[in-house]
Amino acid sequence: MSELVHPLHRFIRPSVTHTTFCPGCGDGTVVQCILRAIDGLGMDMDDFVFVSGIGCAAWIPSPLFNADVLHTTHGRPIAFAFGIKMGLPDKKVMVVSGDGDLAAIGGNHLIQNARRNIEMTVICLNNGIYGMTGGQAAPTTPMGVKTTTTPYGTFENTFNISRLVMAAGASFVACWTTAHPRQLTNSIKKAIQKKGFAFIEVFSQCPIQLGRKMGIGNAVQMLEDYKKRSILVKEAEKLSPEELNGRIVVGELADLDKPEMLEEVGKMKRRASGGNK
Amino acid sequence: MKEKRVQTGRYFMMGNVACAEGAIAAGCEFAAGYPITPATEIANQLAERLPHVGGAFFQMEDEISTIAAVIGASWAGKKSMTVTSGPGISLMTENLGFAIGVETPCVIVNVQRGAPSTGMPTIGIQGDMVQAKYGSHGDYEIIALCPSSPQEMFDLTVTAFNYAETYRVPVFILSDAFVGHMREEVIIPEPEKIKTVYRKIPEPGTDPRTIQGFLSEEVAPMPIFGRGFKAHVTSSCHDERGKRNLIDISALDNYIRKLSNKILKHKEAITLVAPDYEGAEVVLVSYGGVARAAATAAAQAREEGLPVGTFRLITAWPFPGEEIEKMAKKVKEVIVLENNLGQMYPYIKAEAAHYANVSFLPPKLVGEIQDPEDILKKIREVLK
Repeated sequence: MSELVHPLHRFIRPSVTHTTFCPGCGDGTVVQCILRAIDGLGMDMDDFVFVSGIGCAAWIPSPLFNADVLHTTHGRPIAFAFGIKMGLPDKKVMVVSGDGDLAAIGGNHLIQNARRNIEMTVICLNNGIYGMTGGQAAPTTPMGVKTTTTPYGTFENTFNISRLVMAAGASFVACWTTAHPRQLTNSIKKAIQKKGFAFIEVFSQCPIQLGRKMGIGNAVQMLEDYKKRSILVKEAEKLSPEELNGRIVVGELADLDKPEMLEEVGKMKRRASGGNK
Repeated sequence: MKEKRVQTGRYFMMGNVACAEGAIAAGCEFAAGYPITPATEIANQLAERLPHVGGAFFQMEDEISTIAAVIGASWAGKKSMTVTSGPGISLMTENLGFAIGVETPCVIVNVQRGAPSTGMPTIGIQGDMVQAKYGSHGDYEIIALCPSSPQEMFDLTVTAFNYAETYRVPVFILSDAFVGHMREEVIIPEPEKIKTVYRKIPEPGTDPRTIQGFLSEEVAPMPIFGRGFKAHVTSSCHDERGKRNLIDISALDNYIRKLSNKILKHKEAITLVAPDYEGAEVVLVSYGGVARAAATAAAQAREEGLPVGTFRLITAWPFPGEEIEKMAKKVKEVIVLENNLGQMYPYIKAEAAHYANVSFLPPKLVGEIQDPEDILKKIREVLK
């Protein structure tokens, strides 16, 4: 009897035998969406260089993806990706990391590279918590939630990461949840093809470190909650900020044509050597 | 003229400019930095010149992203560098450890300035000598070279790239504001007379599963990105194939030891020193700009008939302890001169004190290089 092999298994590093995700983790869904997007575009893993930081989501490309992968220090994957893209402009560079990595410790690299509009895809898995280190509050943890470092409830306002990246100047921004795998896959396809900084935020459930602490329980309940709270961007435009409180605005939030950094670097080099202005 | 990678000729050139020219002559294509005094002129020169030779200088949002981008570009196959001063190095040290852990060739120029924190940016002090070796966490070995003239800012920057590419390790140029801003004759040779090295990489088409791209004491070929090597590059404890191992303590031991042994095993080839102590009883040990004062004092002393020699460290790390020991065996007095409160002194003393008396002579005012007259006074004192 021949062994059944998943059609996307060819994208997985041969030495990988298991994932490090907890039961019910949303990150596996995102793995599927990334690989389906690459497959759907008819692309190969050798077309990509993947970069990740520190945290649960960073373990998606490292070690799962059978490609060139740089697993970097905490918060810095986009800065490393900058150098890789400048050195290999013909490759697709994709950063996969978490909200703590990209928006807390690495926040400046996120906004600066959105401003530069350098061509790369950044997928930010927002689970609202520091999962790997044991459930500490993140800049995305809702106000009042008890975590291991906020035993009496969080007392800080949260980031809207997608809005932040839009304001910083990214040419493509989308936001989905793990309850929207088809939509997410389509947006990843667009992001990969976008000439510019393409950012996708994915709300990804962490039933172990956040679900049980918030009292919203298991993965299925968290996915149901995502469905309930999600509102399409077009619908959201009709509501007031108060009415949107606690909601997740999903959809493609920005898709702009604007100067992309590598193209501008090319122009600069031509100017330097006295060519076309 | 600007299109030529090697600007062959005889110049009256600033040390910092010579450093940039050395980098370009060595084949640097990617440079990143953040504005900082007194390294400014290197960045400016690279920004002007690199686009003419197919490269570019990028100004990043901070020094953390700077070193990250340099490491990324190196993995993309480019010879890469950054230029900064003490505060910038402090910000870079976490990712410096990353570069060491994943064996990334790159050059870091530290034009040292005064004091902790913001200090005094325009004054040269050899204040970051030990930071270069121990600034990042964990056990590791790096290479650091100390130029003492604009000519050496050119020559040693070429050497730094060659060492980085040969040993897959970050290499420091430990200059300072004095040597960086000094203007002197600089001779840039013909391109064919400048030796340049490019890292070994695996044979194209090698089955990625068979590539051993890490942790060889003989320096593993670097599975750079974009060539189908499917490199898994992580600074977490890993094996020769790059596979992460966070369970087995023998894998950790292997990881730490191989990274260090890779450098220590080649210490002899890396060590550059300038010994001039034939027949001397007193030897002035120094490096960088201070070595110029030491040479002047030694010459004056010899004119007076005093048996004085010099020993200049060019390679500061790995520390050339064997060379120091060899010297100390032949002399009576070792005087260590540094423009700081004694950073390399304990290392020199540890090697030399068994054979000779070792003393330290700081400058009268830290930030001023020793006056040769004061050095002479010290020489006469130890000869009494």
